[in-house]
Amino acid sequence: MDNFTFGMTLLVVGMGGTLVALGILALLMGLLKKIFPLKEESSN
Amino acid sequence: MFEAIMNGLGGLTAGVANLHWSNPVMIAIGCLFLFLGIKKDVEPLLLVPIGFGAILTNIPLAGLMEEHGFLRVIYDMGVSNELFPLLIFIGIGAMTDFSPLLENPKIFLLGAAGQFGIFLTIGLALLCGFNQLDAVAIGVIGACDGPTAIYVSSKYAPHLLGAVSVAAYSYMSLVPILQPPLMKMMTTEKERQINMSELSTTTPASKTTKIVFPIVVTIFGGLIAPMGLPLLATIMLGNLMKESGAVSRLAKASENEIANVVTLFLGISIGATMEGRAFLKADTLMVLAFGFVAICLDTICGVGFGKLMNIATGGKINPLIGAAGISAYPMAARVVQKEGLKYNRFNFLLMHAVGANTGGQVGSVMAAAIMLSVLKGMGVIP
Repeated sequence: MDNFTFGMTLLVVGMGGTLVALGILALLMGLLKKIFPLKEESSN
Repeated sequence: MFEAIMNGLGGLTAGVANLHWSNPVMIAIGCLFLFLGIKKDVEPLLLVPIGFGAILTNIPLAGLMEEHGFLRVIYDMGVSNELFPLLIFIGIGAMTDFSPLLENPKIFLLGAAGQFGIFLTIGLALLCGFNQLDAVAIGVIGACDGPTAIYVSSKYAPHLLGAVSVAAYSYMSLVPILQPPLMKMMTTEKERQINMSELSTTTPASKTTKIVFPIVVTIFGGLIAPMGLPLLATIMLGNLMKESGAVSRLAKASENEIANVVTLFLGISIGATMEGRAFLKADTLMVLAFGFVAICLDTICGVGFGKLMNIATGGKINPLIGAAGISAYPMAARVVQKEGLKYNRFNFLLMHAVGANTGGQVGSVMAAAIMLSVLKGMGVIP
């Protein structure tokens, strides 16, 4: 594989993948906070 | 009799006779690291063992890095098989509090933006003639994360390990000097004054959320980037032990005894790779230069993304916190707080910056994990 294709693939898939993965994790964290809210836990 | 005496004297002078010009230079560099670590308090936990290892490996005929040499034994025990960086990650996980990140999960995106320098630097290294795996090892300096850089470098470009490690830890310690001018360059005074302490959209995370977080990250990250699972899993294991509270002895051992012993072994092994003839090359200088570029690009992209988030939220995000989206924890967050206070003395960006900073920790590991999996997918690594 030539260096240009290699670099561009890493740039697009790697950088994009990192952004999308952390974006999904942010959504999952928001979801977790809804599933396990602080208020409910405190009252238990 | 005379011949025996001469031979005996020859044995005593053989070390000096076998000195290559590069050895005294590297011994001087080792002494400089010791000076910086001991007198200037610059990353002493790493620079002291690295400096001493560099001195040892540049003394001719001692054979410390040859088969059965004690530095070679340590190197083979945990650097060549990537064990030491992973053990350090367990300690880092046990030391890290992800609460500020969990309070405002949107900030996770800044932890992604802070990794863009990795990929941009890989492109630059390729343009300058480095081969593909060397470019990957150089780019990972931009993770601003010593163990990640060591893990990737020792696995795919072991001949660059010394230079990559020194660059990663040196630039991490220089974050307070490198970042402020770039933060100023990338933002307007009005943006730097944005007060985030008035934000009321964040809510604290429950203990259950904090316990489930490392498990979710491990499973999710492992599924999309299995090649980087060791990196993700170890940092998350450390954090799970800390947050669960069920194994406090193990958590404390991970962040203290284990991390300390491994840091010593890792440092001295890295120093041992800095043999003059192998280290004093144009490539080393280029690695150091690219490391600098990578960290500058991380900061520029992080602040740039912070500006985008500021626009998207109608002016509620101070773009300065984007600079904390790197893995240099908690140094980058402190830099943001200090810079923010310069322009608005009622502004307290620290907790938001710590959130971005911990996001950067996960982000750097995730970026490396994704990169390794993409490389595997492309058939570049086995």
